[in-house]
Amino acid sequence: MTIAGWIMMIVSVGLVLWLNYYCLSRVLRTPKSEKHMRAPLDIDTHDKNT
Amino acid sequence: MAHNNDSWGSKIGVILAVAGSAVGLGNFLRFPGQVATNGGGIFMIPYFISLLLVGIPICWAEWTMGRYGGAVGHNSTPGIFRALWRHPASKYIGILSITIPVVIYMYYIYIEVWCLSYALDYVLGNMRAMSAAAAPGQDIKIYEAHFAAMVGAAANGFPGGRMMFLVALTFFLNFFLIFRGVSKGIESFSKIAMPLLIVIAVVIVLRVLTLGAPNPAMPERNIVNALGFMWNPRVEGASLWTALLNPKLWLSAAGQIFFTLSICMGVILNYASYLKRDDDVVLSGLTASAVNEFCEVCLGGMMVIPLAFMFLDVRNVQLDSTFSVAFTVLPTVFHRMPLGDMFGALFFAMIFIAAITSSISMLQPAIAFLEEGFAMGRRLSVTLLALIVSIGALIAIFFSKNLLALDTMDFWVGNFLVFVLGMIQIILFGWVFGVERAKAEISKGAEIPVPRPFWFVVKYVSPVYLLAIFAGFCYDKLAGYYKTIFQSEDRVAAFVLTFVLAVALFFAVLIWLAGKRWEEKHPISEEDVIP
Repeated sequence: MTIAGWIMMIVSVGLVLWLNYYCLSRVLRTPKSEKHMRAPLDIDTHDKNT
Repeated sequence: MAHNNDSWGSKIGVILAVAGSAVGLGNFLRFPGQVATNGGGIFMIPYFISLLLVGIPICWAEWTMGRYGGAVGHNSTPGIFRALWRHPASKYIGILSITIPVVIYMYYIYIEVWCLSYALDYVLGNMRAMSAAAAPGQDIKIYEAHFAAMVGAAANGFPGGRMMFLVALTFFLNFFLIFRGVSKGIESFSKIAMPLLIVIAVVIVLRVLTLGAPNPAMPERNIVNALGFMWNPRVEGASLWTALLNPKLWLSAAGQIFFTLSICMGVILNYASYLKRDDDVVLSGLTASAVNEFCEVCLGGMMVIPLAFMFLDVRNVQLDSTFSVAFTVLPTVFHRMPLGDMFGALFFAMIFIAAITSSISMLQPAIAFLEEGFAMGRRLSVTLLALIVSIGALIAIFFSKNLLALDTMDFWVGNFLVFVLGMIQIILFGWVFGVERAKAEISKGAEIPVPRPFWFVVKYVSPVYLLAIFAGFCYDKLAGYYKTIFQSEDRVAAFVLTFVLAVALFFAVLIWLAGKRWEEKHPISEEDVIP
């Protein structure tokens, strides 16, 4: 593993972990975020059992 | 206080739902294969550049365009494109956004079967028996042979009875869930399954990182050098710049980003169209991307790629398929773990569930189109699609020699067409829909502000970036691919591509017919523009 490799790994993994920390903390801190955020399969497609 | 607890529970529920939707085969199986087949660490440079310059921007663009299309009254992707760009040709962009997920579904479902088969092998003790029969340090040969036999990689033909039974079972399970429209049920289940998968994956990564040099006869194949293969930005025998000038490397990296974020395949566009006007799209999209990248880079990549280096020496072997790497090398770590059979069974079972949550959503764009374009009920739409994807899946299963049919579909549809649709969508968003309208639209209900440089990236950087890669690929590689596919004696790849073209033509005709209905019943006027 070269020095460039170590730098690549630390920067990349660090970026991903920071992004996760930022997003998850924003979701938890923002008032009523659970009312306005949706995951695709949580969205009602209005076509059930037709 | 009780209210506070409820709120926290709901917020964590949202995070788990986002994670459950984001994680799929792309993270744990496709990504490691892409890194291994594209030279290791050199792949990570275009991969991260693509994430920042096109992945996250297109993710936000799709959520925004989809929600806008829904407000105008369209849930199908041809309709959404029609709402975004008032031109008779716009709806035909929908050919790509419907064909892509339908074709990906055809081989995706077969890989789900592999996961199920491996989970069963661990439960039944078959893998332990195989490992016990291997000479010390030679278990990888057994796993390679097992995988090749399972998929029939030696010759074309349908696999054995057990595999065909599992194919039928997986098909039944998928279509039962889609037919009944009970995606929320499986999604609730995945809220438990996904955290479990992540915990299991963390344990596996820790074990991989402590493997040292698993084969004493080859001390150079140790974990530090394995991490070097994944992260050193160089390839052997070529300079960094020469390697980076390969357009296929960039196309594959961008394609992987699109595949793993489930963007540029119509799925997000379609689901976003059902959102309310004040639902957030910015934090939702970014959180899904972040969790997805954690699973992909920190878990999937860090477990499979080092193993592929230590046990397969991926620098020097020709890999059968992008998806085969993980199936071949992961049993080596389970063999070297306490409770390895339990971890193996749970890991592949959880991947199977993660894959099902993804595959259910893949048919939704086509279902929404048939419902909206022809007033079909959900059950009739699903039945028609089941027929089409069954034919495609049987083609992917039958032409199993070196997994050529599956890999052809994955490269030309899962990479190339996805890339083309991404290019069209970003131009549509930045130039046709327009930055000013997009700014107003995306900010509705947004829980976080969009960074200012995003708009410059969307309008100039992303389109130029994608067009440059596309032009480079066409100039440098397309003629070679044409010869390999259409002038070689093995006609499988040509046959598969002809089939994909036939599916695309079928949807083109349907879109033409649906377009005529829309013009009669629901012509879009300037009054439909949502302020």
